[in-house]
Amino acid sequence: MRTRGGIADPWGSRTPYGCGEPWPQRVDTHLADGVEPEQVQRWVQSAAVLHSNGDGIDIGVRDGRIVGVRGRAVDRVNHGRVDIKDLFGWQANAAPDRLTTPLIRRHGRLVECDWDTAMDEIVRRSRTLLDEHGPSSIGFYTSGQLFLEEYYTQGVIAHGAIGTNHVDGNTRLCTATAGEALKESFGCDGQPGSYTDVDHADVIALYGHNVAETQTVLWMRMLDRLAGPDPPAIVCVDPRPTPVARYATVHLAPLPGTNVALMNGLLHEILHHGWADHTYLENHTVGYDELRKRVSEFPPSRVARICGIDAAELRRAAEIIGTAHRLLSTVLQGFYQSHQATAAAVQVNNVHLVRGMLGRPGCGILQMNGQPTAENTRECGADGDLAGFRNWANDSHIEELAELWNLDPLQIPHYAPPTHCMQMLRYAEEGTLRMLWVTATNPAVSLPELARIREILAQERLFLVVEDIFPTETAELADVVLPAAAWAEKTGTFTNTDRTVHISEQAVDPPGQARSDLEIFLDYARRMDFRDRDGRPLPPWNTAEEAFEAWQRCSAGRPCDYTGLSYAKLRGGSGIQWPCNDDHPDGTERLYSDGKFWAAPDYCEAYGKDLITGAPLEPTEYRAMNPDGKAIIKAAEYVPAHERPSPEFPYALITGRTVYHFHTRTKTGRTPELDAAAPQVWVEISVGDARQLGIAEGDLVEVRTPRGCVAAAARLTEIRPGVVFLPFHYGYWDGHHDGHHRAANELTLTDWDPVSKQPIFKTAAAALRRVGGGA
Amino acid sequence: MKKIALAIVELHRSERTLARTLRAAAARHHSDQDISHLAEDLARWSDDHVRALAQHGRHYGLRLSARPRRVRVTRWVQERVSAVLRRRPEPALLLLADLRRIHRTAAGVSLDWELLGQGAQATKDHELLQLTARCHPQALRQMRWSNAMLKELSPQALST
Repeated sequence: MRTRGGIADPWGSRTPYGCGEPWPQRVDTHLADGVEPEQVQRWVQSAAVLHSNGDGIDIGVRDGRIVGVRGRAVDRVNHGRVDIKDLFGWQANAAPDRLTTPLIRRHGRLVECDWDTAMDEIVRRSRTLLDEHGPSSIGFYTSGQLFLEEYYTQGVIAHGAIGTNHVDGNTRLCTATAGEALKESFGCDGQPGSYTDVDHADVIALYGHNVAETQTVLWMRMLDRLAGPDPPAIVCVDPRPTPVARYATVHLAPLPGTNVALMNGLLHEILHHGWADHTYLENHTVGYDELRKRVSEFPPSRVARICGIDAAELRRAAEIIGTAHRLLSTVLQGFYQSHQATAAAVQVNNVHLVRGMLGRPGCGILQMNGQPTAENTRECGADGDLAGFRNWANDSHIEELAELWNLDPLQIPHYAPPTHCMQMLRYAEEGTLRMLWVTATNPAVSLPELARIREILAQERLFLVVEDIFPTETAELADVVLPAAAWAEKTGTFTNTDRTVHISEQAVDPPGQARSDLEIFLDYARRMDFRDRDGRPLPPWNTAEEAFEAWQRCSAGRPCDYTGLSYAKLRGGSGIQWPCNDDHPDGTERLYSDGKFWAAPDYCEAYGKDLITGAPLEPTEYRAMNPDGKAIIKAAEYVPAHERPSPEFPYALITGRTVYHFHTRTKTGRTPELDAAAPQVWVEISVGDARQLGIAEGDLVEVRTPRGCVAAAARLTEIRPGVVFLPFHYGYWDGHHDGHHRAANELTLTDWDPVSKQPIFKTAAAALRRVGGGA
Repeated sequence: MKKIALAIVELHRSERTLARTLRAAAARHHSDQDISHLAEDLARWSDDHVRALAQHGRHYGLRLSARPRRVRVTRWVQERVSAVLRRRPEPALLLLADLRRIHRTAAGVSLDWELLGQGAQATKDHELLQLTARCHPQALRQMRWSNAMLKELSPQALST
């Protein structure tokens, strides 16, 4: 039974609405063939996990099995709609090759074993390493796909019980720049805007954000506004001809790696035409003079030259943004995974500060996430931040954590920001990091320059633990593999991009011996016999709800305040946006509506960094610059990308997503409808470039960079000439092993933004060659 | 020669040294990609300063090279050495030493800009004053970067 069109209809039918009106409901349902709604025995409350939108959905259960999903009409995020991946993706839970028993490497092969054998081996190796090399020999690489309770537990174990600084998430690849840009501009992480800003905006600017494929339900909301009376104008910055670009009033397609120049050009025009709100700037910000001086160097003619765009189009985009009454801006990987990531994303914040457009209906910033629970990785301190948005450089914040965890403050490393993933791998490469515990992510396909990553992960001297639900490419390299319970097989909470917290209840049992990540972490802690200062077990909790309550105490008084929430409160209705506390019992729709920020020197999460070098500001410098805790306007010069097209490698290679897949296809590739919709890697080439190279639609093309080559079928599109696009989802678990010529990351370069440390996936230089006709 | 010209000559020399030191570190630590990329970017700031000083030096009758000293000959070799040694822990200690050298060189450059700025004020050389206002902050940023990287990377290099 299905209430939506098929797989070729990712956005469904329109329910138009006008500015300021409520978004109409539309309940999408999909049940397995032959199952009718009345045959569903239980509907179990949950939310979507195959993207970052956080759509409220119910899981249909019959005879102990998932039989379908239904959108939750009451939920503030989706009003009943379901993303195409979620509509079908639940089937992957029952895929025949789920990991159902622990595996251990014996004589070079992974063999099945019991939990005691697997966990005791991990404990034995951990103890030896702690004794011989200290806590810095152990690292954790986690996910944007676990639950809040699991991240917090993992953070306490790693930062507190073990005392290693090496904790990061794959959120480093998707959302690190979002968090960092917010810290730079507002002193603290925390999404300023709300999805409801779509209902009110008269201009929506999307920067490197193909929302139509990354957050389809949010795009449905925008499409419904576009189909209604007084539709918003759309400004789209993207080198690809995305669905967003097709609806755009102005579409700017800059050369990859030039986003800072483009943003400086937009700001130049906004200031030049007097579209700035000087009262707002005066009252609520510091740093405007620096911005004024910097952007004066970027008149449209210069920007047009750097970015390869039309100066008139840039002026038009600036006018639309500069004269908007209610401006909503969204940012994603086209900025975050590109050169000068943070510097560019911060300029989007600057547009809103300069225009005084924050915290009012329709006036919002959405620095997006890529994954469903990435926000929790950030909040809980499992991704290179400390729990509760605490500041590693502020001793009193470390003391708060030490108090919460009942540990000596010196036990919690805070000599530098928590180590980011690419640096951890570098430590593993040089042999000082000897154990890496990977949870729910697949670095052997998702990190840049895969030949190097495989070599590091396969080292004999590195003890690699992989905890996952499927035998991934990374699991194949592991010394111990732990089978985890998936979404719908455990209870917990998670938070989406616009701070909406949902509960996700257990609907069915995990297969075989699989256990929830929370159970696995707690089992490890008990076997390691971690204790606090008074000899009590650390972490002291045993269940998900106890972990949630511990997290509430940790979040108390911090921006991400969960003290007003509970499992009971999250059950039955809509998701709720943090901060939710005594002052805001129903949550908080928009941040900074009073022009006050969490940027006071004693309270802020970060003192900020140099946008070019990434060097952190000293506490005293920050105090002098921003004593009153205002928003911080930071300017940035444009720096050319580190790998630019050359005669040998004349094309700029960018990677990205398709609407039908998520991450490395571990789930979506095991969903028949989604797999069939996009079964194979392809390469997008502009029609003109293809003609020059003698490439026809469907031809097999070799894409080569100094690091490797990938063979893919050509798709000719209106992508910016000189740019080629590869989707990053495809790896090797479903065949295609010979020679590693399928994953886009064989080609990407090892480089990262100095500020957010997010790897750069969008500025490799590549060569193209036709190798044969289509299959 | 005017005394201020001597200060320009000295600073021109120290900026060229800084650029070379940064580029040497970029080549030597090719396997630490962020260091390598950033050191190259920051060396370009010093190149720019060298050019500007050479140009301004003409007012004082100085003939200074506008081009940076290149290290191309050894660069290829050093990058290969870095690749070969990427699985050894020793380069991490060498990196600390190199960052320390960059920091000290950048500190010297920063002081020289300070002196030149003072001289420019005293001699009412507005153009030179503008030049110091533009370049000195970048020298400070080069310094802070090396300091920050030292702070970030040293615990692992020294404790494991």
